[in-house]
Amino acid sequence: MVDVAFQPNSVLETRVVRKRASLRTALKRKSTAAFLMTLPLILLVTILVIYPAFYSLHLATLNKSMQRFVGFGNFEFLFKRETFWLVVKQSCIFAITAVVFKALIGFIVAHFVHNVPAKGQRKWRGMLLVPWVIPPAMSTLAWLWLFDPSYSAFNYTLSFFHVGPIAWTGDAYWARFSVILVNIWFGAPFFMILYLASLKSVPEQLYEAAAIDGANWWQRIWYVTLPMMRNIIAITLLFSLIVTFANFDIVRILTAGGPLDHTHIFATWAFRVGIEGGDIPLGASVSLFMFPILAIAAVFILRDINQRGNEA
Amino acid sequence: MADVTLRKVIKRYDEVEAVRGIDLDIADHEFVVLVGPSGCGKSTTLRMIAGLEDITDGDIMIGGDVVNDVPPKDRDIAMVFQNYALYPHMTVAENMSFGLRLKRYPKAEIKTRIDEAARMLDIVELVDRKPKQLSGGQRQRVAMGRAIVRNPKVFLFDEPLSNLDAKLRVQMRIEIKKVHQKVRTTTVYVTHDQVEAMTLADRVVVMNHGRIEQIGTPNDLYHNPATRFVAGFIGSPAMNFMPCRLEDVAGKLNIRLTDRIAFPLPPGRAARYQGVGRNEKLLLGLRPEHITEAKAHPEPGVEAFDAVLDVTEPMGMETLIYFTLEGAQICGRVNPNAGARAGGPLRLAVDLNNMHLLNEVTGVVI
Amino acid sequence: MASTVMIDKAAPTRNPAYGSMSRDRAWALKWSYFFLTLFAIFSLVPPLYMLITSLKSSAEISAATNPWWVFHPTLSNYVGLLTSNQFLTFFRNSVLVSIFVVTITMLISVPAAFALSRMRFWGSATLATGVFLTYLIPDTLLFLPLFKMFAVFGDWTGIQLINRWYVLVVVYPTLTVPFCTWIMIGYFASIPKELDEAAIIDGASWLQTLTRIFIPVALPGIIAATIFAFTVSWAQFLYPLVFTTSTDQLVLPVGIITSLVKGDVFNWGQIMTGALLGAAPPLIIYAFLMDYYIAGLTAGATKG
Repeated sequence: MVDVAFQPNSVLETRVVRKRASLRTALKRKSTAAFLMTLPLILLVTILVIYPAFYSLHLATLNKSMQRFVGFGNFEFLFKRETFWLVVKQSCIFAITAVVFKALIGFIVAHFVHNVPAKGQRKWRGMLLVPWVIPPAMSTLAWLWLFDPSYSAFNYTLSFFHVGPIAWTGDAYWARFSVILVNIWFGAPFFMILYLASLKSVPEQLYEAAAIDGANWWQRIWYVTLPMMRNIIAITLLFSLIVTFANFDIVRILTAGGPLDHTHIFATWAFRVGIEGGDIPLGASVSLFMFPILAIAAVFILRDINQRGNEA
Repeated sequence: MADVTLRKVIKRYDEVEAVRGIDLDIADHEFVVLVGPSGCGKSTTLRMIAGLEDITDGDIMIGGDVVNDVPPKDRDIAMVFQNYALYPHMTVAENMSFGLRLKRYPKAEIKTRIDEAARMLDIVELVDRKPKQLSGGQRQRVAMGRAIVRNPKVFLFDEPLSNLDAKLRVQMRIEIKKVHQKVRTTTVYVTHDQVEAMTLADRVVVMNHGRIEQIGTPNDLYHNPATRFVAGFIGSPAMNFMPCRLEDVAGKLNIRLTDRIAFPLPPGRAARYQGVGRNEKLLLGLRPEHITEAKAHPEPGVEAFDAVLDVTEPMGMETLIYFTLEGAQICGRVNPNAGARAGGPLRLAVDLNNMHLLNEVTGVVI
Repeated sequence: MASTVMIDKAAPTRNPAYGSMSRDRAWALKWSYFFLTLFAIFSLVPPLYMLITSLKSSAEISAATNPWWVFHPTLSNYVGLLTSNQFLTFFRNSVLVSIFVVTITMLISVPAAFALSRMRFWGSATLATGVFLTYLIPDTLLFLPLFKMFAVFGDWTGIQLINRWYVLVVVYPTLTVPFCTWIMIGYFASIPKELDEAAIIDGASWLQTLTRIFIPVALPGIIAATIFAFTVSWAQFLYPLVFTTSTDQLVLPVGIITSLVKGDVFNWGQIMTGALLGAAPPLIIYAFLMDYYIAGLTAGATKG
């Protein structure tokens, strides 16, 4: 009896000691392994993303030769320049118009694809996504050639309708139209694919129930489709806003900001000032103006993603 | 082959105590089923035995060795999961041999073991298929095969039949029992289904709110439940509980259910309940099979009364009847020919030889 | 009486209602095809025009004939480019950069995603969110500080990064790794927890669980992430434009634009041929692995 009573106690004591030691090493081992596996990611992000982001804040406070601290001097200089305000206006017009049309076209085309029999959907989807697959620098070259003033395929075609010739990239307004058009061409497929996936995830019974309740097609979209897609629509809009706002390739290749700076947006102007003009601090100051928009959009996206995580 | 012992095992997640001190001795070769409603801590207990959850306090021993800090792979256990957890990219044979291959067993040895297990489980022709090509029952067999080939000290089953349809569940239940009779490995099996627990177990452990309510053989739990929870959880349809009290009438002990209905207790029961306070709030526990149609010549201890039926459920070999007594819904089982009819009266008999008397406040069976 | 009249009234309108519904459907389908065709034309005109122009001689291009048709098809543009050392250098640089970037990306993001999705440790949730936020920081915000950083780095260590093609191998992962990690976290999270528990009980270490269970099971995700990493590094335009200038260090997108445009003279035949050849690798991958491509796109709600 005594033995039996005694044994568990001794086991208990040795256990307490052993448990502490080995549990700590085990924990250590697991989190150490996990840390080592994420270390390259952390290093990469810290050195090549976070550090440069802050470094650009520092750069923005220097003078052109980067030897003297000028505080807000660069910003004051920018605020006084007409071109800067032109760039602000154009960036906003460019981003908002392009995003709205990309989303609209994506939404409409997604419905059309969703409408056709499932067999053919793959084929249509495949063709409609091609713009998104081609590197934008390459496809913009094709657009530039289509817009070419003297041998332009567009103007050639329009001449049959006695329209034009149009200075697609030469006239300020047409040039703005052109860069937005190319951006829509490139970005709409992305919306289409995501909206199509989202459409497919709406249960068919909801539409049947709505149809039985007497809803017409417009009411079905308003009361069933849109609420079900609200989340994906919000996320795609914000994403696209960030990326379109920060766009470089299309404007750079199509107009290089011209004519007379009338198509410059933040990124292309920052490149013009910073790299071509050799004034890195001023260029950094220009690109920093993208930051507030990005931050606001990021906050909303994060909120949406967290919501999505909570729902799941 | 080994016994499993749990000593004052506690599991705490932040503030919540999921398992509140469990003592359990599982003998070698024994088939023990942990049963209880969801959230009762049965799965957590099993996962602590497996080593998938840390123990907050207490000891777990497998084969006499404390394994609290031993990682799962060194505990020599095998586990079957509810969703089977088969590796989707491996064939059945690869699934079953994965553990052995990691331990670098010789190829020939692996092959013999797979063949043996496949034959035992009747999945010989499936060994080259992928899990996707298998039905639910077949996947379940493979999951068991994966456990068997390891030849571990202990089998752990975590609700293995919950994803199967009712018919297959019965079939696999028998299959599991057969396998255990062949390999005789100590088994801990978790389920929320009391029928599974009753049919499979050597001993059933009923858990509730992180504690063990009662441990016993299936028959023991059915006929001698210790608490109201066990009495109500084991058996289907569940045991009826009727508020009641004891009273002395002419030197005899009566049990009074309502103002109109009171029964004299059979002598054996009367002696047992003599010490119970006459004003205590009590519950009469009676299983449905002990509420039947009244017979012409009742046995001693069987008392008759009249009831108006609310609902009848013909089951073929019997008819379940439901009526209301003092606001409580009571279920009985009568002969299909007894003339039970919804809304109609029926003379019923209660078999007080099989009654249980419970303290309403503590829930303890007296 | 009144009710009979009602029924009589309702009955005849009912059948045509069904008929009109299917007629509506048929019309909707026709309109769908009509608009889809329009949009498909809109989508495919630029690449088709690349092809048309690439088959024309300079003479035909400047002859102002119908630009939509090739009257004297010739492969001279292709022959010219594919035998030009310069173009082949661009192509080689692009291939090298993409291979390195894809490899580095997968080596960094797969283990990181595994650790973040399965091995909960202090700060892992914050880190996962942080990864996502990094993905939102665009290249156009970073190219100037990075340019200056590399210049300073070169001055300090003597290791010249600016104007070397491998500088792109250093910077491209900042564009690919966050997104690939993000979608791999998603793919890994969809693997049931019991699968790694089964592996642990079977005696697998964390590394074995990753290499023998997670990577094979999440293979579709890994393919999608690989395609994404390749597409991004193949298409990137700003970084090579900023960081590389010598013709032997250029990658395709920049190379085509800077070398084929001589002053104000656009040799459109060659430019379109180069653009088409530059667009070919992603297009070919897309043609064969469209489903993975789309899976990757929808998995993380990519940039658009």
